[in-house]
Amino acid sequence: MSIEARIASEQPDSFAFSAQNEKEIKRIIAKYPKGRQASAVMPLLDLAQRQNDNWIPMKAIELIAEMLDMAQIRVLEVATFYTMYNLKPVGKYFLQACTTTPCWLRGSDEMMRCIKDRYGIASGETSECGRFSLLEVECLGACVNAPILQVNDDFYEDLDYQSTGALLDSLEAEKPLEVGSVTGRSGSEAKGGATSLSALKPKKSGAANA
Amino acid sequence: MLKDADRIFTNIYGWEDAGLKGAKKRGDWSNTAKLIQLGHDEIIEQMKASGLRGRGGAGFPTGLKWSFMPKEVKERPHYLVVNADESEPGTCKDRDILRNEPHKLLEGCVVAGFAMKAHAAYIYIRGEFVNEARALQKAIDEAYADGLLGKDAAKSGWAFDIYLHRGAGAYICGEETALLESLEGRKGQPRLKPPFPAGAGLYGCPTTVNNVESIAVAPTILRRGASWFAGLGKENNTGTKLFCISGHVNNPCNVEEEMGIPLKELLEKHAGGVRGGWDNLLAVIPGGSSTPLMPRNVCDDITMDFDALRDAGTGLGTAGIIVMDKSTDIIKAISRLSYFYKHESCGQCTPCREGTGWMWRMMERLVRGDAEEHEIDTLEQVTRQVEGHTICALGDAAAWPIQGLIKHFRPEIERRIAARHANDAVYAAE
Repeated sequence: MSIEARIASEQPDSFAFSAQNEKEIKRIIAKYPKGRQASAVMPLLDLAQRQNDNWIPMKAIELIAEMLDMAQIRVLEVATFYTMYNLKPVGKYFLQACTTTPCWLRGSDEMMRCIKDRYGIASGETSECGRFSLLEVECLGACVNAPILQVNDDFYEDLDYQSTGALLDSLEAEKPLEVGSVTGRSGSEAKGGATSLSALKPKKSGAANA
Repeated sequence: MLKDADRIFTNIYGWEDAGLKGAKKRGDWSNTAKLIQLGHDEIIEQMKASGLRGRGGAGFPTGLKWSFMPKEVKERPHYLVVNADESEPGTCKDRDILRNEPHKLLEGCVVAGFAMKAHAAYIYIRGEFVNEARALQKAIDEAYADGLLGKDAAKSGWAFDIYLHRGAGAYICGEETALLESLEGRKGQPRLKPPFPAGAGLYGCPTTVNNVESIAVAPTILRRGASWFAGLGKENNTGTKLFCISGHVNNPCNVEEEMGIPLKELLEKHAGGVRGGWDNLLAVIPGGSSTPLMPRNVCDDITMDFDALRDAGTGLGTAGIIVMDKSTDIIKAISRLSYFYKHESCGQCTPCREGTGWMWRMMERLVRGDAEEHEIDTLEQVTRQVEGHTICALGDAAAWPIQGLIKHFRPEIERRIAARHANDAVYAAE
């Protein structure tokens, strides 16, 4: 994708970190040896994105470059290399659907179809209402709970057409479902209960951390 | 089947408290200072004797890797870096350690860091694991508050700090030198080796990069003894291993099992068997997406360990097992992996940057049968020209799945091309 297509054409005139984030930045830079403050570029980009409705304006890139004593192009280079930095606005609910082979084998096409049926959007697009953006992403690293839909920070797992619909209903109602497997299994244990660690198994199905 | 008493990760499914209190109940941090008293060299010797081979994919002996660090710390400090950038399709084991057993990893960092005379560890976790990073940071904070990390870590007399660093979506950062580049604040593009990280790694200092699972099992190995670990599994393939079973099984899951367990037993005991029964099995990718697939006849009696899988022309890799039943469009399944590698190529080396795109486009044509038969050989030759001609192994990883497909499913590719041609001929005649 060309750089022009990735960066928002309309940009705010200024960007400043909040007082709370300023404090956080000091804590982050202290993690790295003196003179190695460039290591903080990724966490600072992440902070800027979180502060600014899930996207990073160019003014934030300029500011981070100044704070870390880096050339602006070095910061922009990092911001465009990694896929999680959004350089243009996305909807309140940023849906990242994994369609790599393990998710595809378990029906990620159905999950995608549900989102498309509802909002008429393809990967890279935002719904008419502006609240839902969809991005097809590569392996999310939760393959035994496939297929996975990441909604902002959270993974929803073991989805099919119907449960994807129920999840979207819950987001529309601003009452998101509990994070994790929609089938209620605890983490990566087998459906119907784990086949190991029998003495430790919680008595009630649907464990504490489900 | 592995006995529960021999399982290291007893909270892998998150049934109990992942925090410090729960971890201590499970035995973590119980005698860290005593483990440290073994001394730098003895810890490394014990790790060597345990036979532990790296759990990140390459299977390099962990103790030997630690021994490559300089014996004396000179002007440059030593670093331990933990690779928690778990992104190989089919692999999701480290995620469970990070969220449910974080203290095993932290204690492992102290012990491993001490062994290689490092006073600091950076844990590089993939960006998408936001909740896992929160769980891990919480564990780090608890460990500092309890004196397990800091100036006198676990009252061992050794100062040790652990810092968490989040990635932001780039598979390539799982390659150790790309990870170091990223950690230094740059694009994640692999470095030429040599120098190897043990000589010049993070910030140009001696560094060892280890997978999460390799580090997290270390305290238990030292506590229970190298001979205990070496007594599990098979010779040269010792111990226990977290297996991830995804795809067309009845109950996909993660499970800790003994190295060398037969694949069929693993799938049937823990994952509810292949969907539609064993006879409905088409193929299995045994160790994450980059390892070549095995057709059903190889799966019948293969054991899950480094050597057996290598001898079968594939690999244990990360032990991320992707199962495909007979309903699978096998060409499309591999083509989707080709797209993955094209997407994730960092673009530094021409054979990979251009080759991954070329191979994916060719694979898409094979999915439709829109090709000539001789092009299968052309594709095979291109995979050989990418393989081994790049700085890192991503080029190899993109080439191997296609080579496996052509080796075992060439008749299916040819059938599809023939069907397409026959179809075209019918339309042309009308």
